[in-house]
Amino acid sequence: MSGQTRLTVIVTEVVAVNSLIKRFRFVREDGGLMPGFSGGAHTVVEMDDNGTRRLNAYSLMSDPADTSGYEISVRRDDTGRGGSLFMHNGVKPGMKMVISQPVNLFGLDLRAKKHLMIAGGIGITPFIAQMAQLDSLGHRFELHYAMRDRELGAYMKELSARHGERVHAYYDLEKQAIDLANLLKIQPLGTHLYVCGPKGMINWVLSTAKAMGWPKGALHSEEFLAPPVGEAFKVELSRSKITVEVGPTQSMLEALEAAGVDAPYLCRGGACGQCECRVTASDGEILHYDHWLSDEQKAAKTHIMPCVSRFKGERLVIEL
Amino acid sequence: MSLDDAFKDPFFRDESFFGDFSYKNSPHAVNRFPFPFPEDDYMYSVNMEPHVKGRPGSIFEHYFDVDEHYVSEMRDRARVLEQDPLRCQSLPHMTLAGWDLLELIMEKFAEEYPQWFALTKDSNRWHWINRPLGIDQKFTFLDESTLPMGPFEYITRQAQGDFTLQDQREDNLWIEAGMVTSQADWSLDFDIGMNFHEWHAPVPLAHQMGIFDRALKFLLALQHGAPVRRFNWTMTVDPLLDTSPENYHKWGPTKTTLTPENIGKRQHLRVELQTLIRLPRSNAICFPIRCYLISMDDLVTRPKWARRFHRVIKTVPDELATYKGFIRNKPMILDYLSKFDDGAPTSPGWWPED
Amino acid sequence: MSQTQADEVMKSRPLYGTLTPKQGSSHFIVADGEGGDAVAALLNAAPDMKPLAHIVYIPGANGTDLTALLEGLGARVFHPAPSYASASQRIRKVLGDAHMGLQLYVAGTEGLIGQVQRDAIAAGLPHDALTTEQRGSKARRVQCVHCKGITENVTLDPFVCSHCGLNLFVRDHYSRRLAAFQGVCIDAEDPGEVPPSEERFK
Ligand code: HEM
Ligand code: FES
Repeated sequence: MSGQTRLTVIVTEVVAVNSLIKRFRFVREDGGLMPGFSGGAHTVVEMDDNGTRRLNAYSLMSDPADTSGYEISVRRDDTGRGGSLFMHNGVKPGMKMVISQPVNLFGLDLRAKKHLMIAGGIGITPFIAQMAQLDSLGHRFELHYAMRDRELGAYMKELSARHGERVHAYYDLEKQAIDLANLLKIQPLGTHLYVCGPKGMINWVLSTAKAMGWPKGALHSEEFLAPPVGEAFKVELSRSKITVEVGPTQSMLEALEAAGVDAPYLCRGGACGQCECRVTASDGEILHYDHWLSDEQKAAKTHIMPCVSRFKGERLVIEL
Repeated sequence: MSLDDAFKDPFFRDESFFGDFSYKNSPHAVNRFPFPFPEDDYMYSVNMEPHVKGRPGSIFEHYFDVDEHYVSEMRDRARVLEQDPLRCQSLPHMTLAGWDLLELIMEKFAEEYPQWFALTKDSNRWHWINRPLGIDQKFTFLDESTLPMGPFEYITRQAQGDFTLQDQREDNLWIEAGMVTSQADWSLDFDIGMNFHEWHAPVPLAHQMGIFDRALKFLLALQHGAPVRRFNWTMTVDPLLDTSPENYHKWGPTKTTLTPENIGKRQHLRVELQTLIRLPRSNAICFPIRCYLISMDDLVTRPKWARRFHRVIKTVPDELATYKGFIRNKPMILDYLSKFDDGAPTSPGWWPED
Repeated sequence: MSQTQADEVMKSRPLYGTLTPKQGSSHFIVADGEGGDAVAALLNAAPDMKPLAHIVYIPGANGTDLTALLEGLGARVFHPAPSYASASQRIRKVLGDAHMGLQLYVAGTEGLIGQVQRDAIAAGLPHDALTTEQRGSKARRVQCVHCKGITENVTLDPFVCSHCGLNLFVRDHYSRRLAAFQGVCIDAEDPGEVPPSEERFK
């Protein structure tokens, strides 16, 4: 990414929303306004985690009409690689950070007659911004939000206050569940369906909708994969003619960047396809974690997505 | 909106792009003309570079170039729209992108040309002044009822060049709004609603070369804050901005009226500076297509351009010359240009003096 | 753009498939002329669609009339219509009242498929959500780029615009929004020099 696509910001608020989620607010260091953004957009936050550079993508959840600052929410993942732990433990008000300009891989289709949104857990964040935007545009929408319990159900109160009857909450621990089949049956023609949450939920919603005859063009989903941890491995770059070590809690993309390689990316979560690399040799198993490559491509071992995928074996050579 | 107002800056030429064709480039405009050929031959390519500020005085000095033809071009646009209102269309879901563009143009114009334009904001209550066109407008940002027309039409009546807005969805771009009155022979009314490959369908060779696949992949990932630009070019008889398919039966016959005596004055090189900009609130991509015209007589006053242009026209594939619509006059154009090509080598790049 | 590319490379040219049953809560089927045969094949292959099927059938401009065949298929609703214009209000109303899960099938001429697709898009369906099959006449719906008038059932190239009278050649460039191909004046540069018409679209 070139220079103009990043913003230097100051952290102005860190709020513990509940025992797992913290909300962060960023304003521009130079005092100027943030660029507007579209509901569903994310920003990539750069972290210096004790010398390890981490870049994680988080959905923007503030009102897109509010250009005084951006807000994100981060759920702490105690077993992950540390990006969310760093945000929770290391980021304090007043700190200077670098974030990317907004990128939207989960955009609203503004032609829709109605927007039906299904959120699970922290997957609520892009919808908060989208609903604010739809509300001001006067579009029709409805949110169905499933969470574990009242304590961990972030932002439900604020959403009810702003959008009233249009938001519906479901608490797992109270044995409440979305009646998906019925919900999908009664939607007017021209409804678009959006889902964001855990993988299992996304698969359930999309496969139910497909089975009920919803066309692919009306289905939208977003799942951010945190790059998985794994065993260390080495990768050879055929163009740059160097070999890079990937540590156990580092993604291959992060290792490439640490080695000074300018590798392309947008989502850093296996969804956008930007980081795709051709594999020219591999004598082991590629651990594909992305949603981008087709099953055939994955099986053929011809490509790899360095932002999330890993390798187990002696020798991996990629074209970069 | 009134175009004849007390404010008169002699910088802006009073000229026409039809009828008596009084359009002319001043020596300054000739000198800064965006000659689009960095080499002695031409073929389609994914020719995109960052849209960053360039040499002072050049057309790259500003984000949007406002030049001596501004007022007359806007008058020509108003004339074309009056004859054919279908040249400006915006599908209903593109209104937000129209506001994005309005904001971008007003902010950049006011910042880069404070002598002509001013924008003051009190949260969403905005005050816009366009002195060259005599416009003084107070309105509420994002509230359509406070402008005399939709935001997209409103602002593109005040900015040179055609504009299209592309919605992004289903891993494609969809041309769903446009202000198109100075086009190189394509119809907005016909193309609106198409995707990237569909609206480019008539272009020869480039599909097979994979150019559109690569360009689309690049554009889908285009980031806010990192616009890019490219050039396209064609040939037009007389400085006619509105070479529309709609009026092809009216301007087409002029191609048969070129003679060796008048060709230098009447045959123009038409260059489009195209920018690609990600818009913030709508996530749409804006595509300004800024048209620059230069007569061959003016072009050959720069020896490097004259030599190179002769070589480009000589070697351009017939498919391209046919598509661009100058195949029938190609021999006459070459005859004219050959007199200015002594065979001397040309330096790389397009600047006239290097 | 005065040059027209060959069919196989014109990327705006629509592609059609064959009518095959889809999962859905209701099935809305529109056909004209020989397209009726495709509908019969569809419902005979998937008889359980019949109680959920609504058919609108328009006899072909070439005289092909399969009304009796379709009426006998046993669909929940069968509506014969003399023309697209007479059926279009009904089609828009059915689409406007429908719910997600409705499946839309169109068989017959390109002009019919294009117009139903256009109405379906306006009702909010993605353009590729229709199941289509081209049958019968290859005659084209053509928009004159000059006067904007649409001429139906064009078989000749070049042809005379039925609205403004210009001599038009028929491009393969296709607009989904207009459901029409583009007609461009063939003798613009040399008025009066019009090549003889050929029957290109049978
Ligand atoms: C996203 C914004 C763009 C829009 C709206 C756009 C639109 C168009 C249109 C309407 C035409 C005329 C097609 C016809 O004959 O009917 C055209 C031609 C063409 N476009 Fe684009 N275009 C865009 C971006 C690009 C990009 C990024 C490339 C980069 C490779 C490109 C390459 C071309 C070429 C090579 C031609 C043929 C031009 C000639 O020879 O005169 N376009 N474009
Ligand atoms: S960066 Fe998006 S898939 Fe890797």
